[in-house]
Amino acid sequence: MALLDFSNVWVEYGDKVVLEQVDLSIEAGSFVSIVGPSGAGKSTFLRLALGQERPTQGSIWLDGEPLTPEPGPDRGVVFQRYSVFPHMSARDNVVFGLDCAGSPLLGRLTGARRRAAVAEAEAMLEAVGLGDAVNVFPAQLSGGMQQRLAIAQALIKKPRILLLDEPFGALDPGSRLDMHELITKLWREHGLTIMMVTHDIKEAFKLGTRVLAFDKRRRDPQAPHRYGSTAVYDFPLDKKDTVIPEALTRMTAPSEG
Amino acid sequence: MRRLLNIRPRGGGRILLGLVPLLAVALFYLGASEARHAQNAHDKLLPTASAMVEAVKMMATVDPLTGEAPLLVDTAASLKRIGTALVIATSITLILGLVIGLLPMMKAGMGPLVAAIAVIPPIAILPILFIVFGLGEVSKIALIVIGITPVMVRDLAAHVGAIPEEQLIKAQTLGASTWQTALRVALPQAMPRLLMAVSLALGPAWVFLISAEAIAADVGLGYRIFLVRRYLSMDIIIPYVIWISLLAVLMDVALTLISRRAFPWAHPKGGH
Repeated sequence: MALLDFSNVWVEYGDKVVLEQVDLSIEAGSFVSIVGPSGAGKSTFLRLALGQERPTQGSIWLDGEPLTPEPGPDRGVVFQRYSVFPHMSARDNVVFGLDCAGSPLLGRLTGARRRAAVAEAEAMLEAVGLGDAVNVFPAQLSGGMQQRLAIAQALIKKPRILLLDEPFGALDPGSRLDMHELITKLWREHGLTIMMVTHDIKEAFKLGTRVLAFDKRRRDPQAPHRYGSTAVYDFPLDKKDTVIPEALTRMTAPSEG
Repeated sequence: MRRLLNIRPRGGGRILLGLVPLLAVALFYLGASEARHAQNAHDKLLPTASAMVEAVKMMATVDPLTGEAPLLVDTAASLKRIGTALVIATSITLILGLVIGLLPMMKAGMGPLVAAIAVIPPIAILPILFIVFGLGEVSKIALIVIGITPVMVRDLAAHVGAIPEEQLIKAQTLGASTWQTALRVALPQAMPRLLMAVSLALGPAWVFLISAEAIAADVGLGYRIFLVRRYLSMDIIIPYVIWISLLAVLMDVALTLISRRAFPWAHPKGGH
């Protein structure tokens, strides 16, 4: 049984079909990269997994149970921007996840439990390379460091699956490479399952153990909105070879710097 | 030659530039007052500075008849009214603003009501308040509250509604309930904006206070200036107006300081 199952999933807005006939299984421990041209429903697909959106038809299963149709602590997320809370220090940003679980009424742990949570959060911040920035507010962190913080924040909840929506899209090339190293390291050490949407096809092949390409399978010139996208290519990358199939380079937009 | 728009005053120069117009207005007044008194030593319209100082001293000393100093009791009464009203308005704003901004159901339910109340000119319902609450303190406080709350609620709700959806989703993936999201994510981010809304509402709040006091009161800053108007006592009215402005400025400065001290993350260095 796969970790996450999409069975004949369709997403429609009015008469516009965004996704059609998506049948996919995501194995535990895999790192799935999702690529495709703009408007091909990559982010919609991720939002389905997140529970931010519901399928119009079909069903989604997490660990053999129907997926809760709203975001929950079993699925962590990092967006391209605005993933961290600007009014909390780096430490509090990470402790927040533990606060929520341990203190339903106040949303804030106290005493010994607070100290344990802080220690756990600081260890996590150390692991993502923010050990020196625990007291800093996000506005004082660089873009790359904010994304590190967002990852630490998500990992503290030990999610079954980590969803990344163009997490490195706004970073400069140098910090992007650092982040590639970090996410690969975390993925191995924590045995994570990751789904990552990206515009950068090289990034998709470099990081992923499997690459999904979303696009429309059929086009109707008179009514282009009536056909939705689906996973048109599905490459399992057994060996970490990075030979990018030519069909894919032609299909997707050139990677953005 | 540098462009005008690139010349920025700094440090002392900035303060000096700010003082020039203030001093110019004061000097212009003193000159005009001098000129009128040269023609008529008993002129009441533009009292001299010394006459105003005398009048303030008189208002600030205890009147043997009443056993009270008018300036002090007026200030106390007005501050109590505006303070009570601000506390009530701020509390209502905080709760309604958060709830409307955060919960789509409440936005659909309460939004139109708040919008409708916001367009009613508050002074127009002052007679209703007088009829319902009588001529006492309640109707004055109610006028201020009704006058400033709807605008504050709409402002705060819009601000809370503009919190990026990513943050709200992120909070949910960290296991936060609606209550925890409101308490730990929305509330702290609403607070600096709430203080700003209060400081913007100070102006209208004073307008409504003075109006209510002018119409029905037996003590208060607004009551006093409308009372002595009958005697053309500009030597009392002008210092009272300056005093009211000073109080308003002090309240505004206090709010800004509180916001900077309590919410440093909302005031990045170099910003405002």
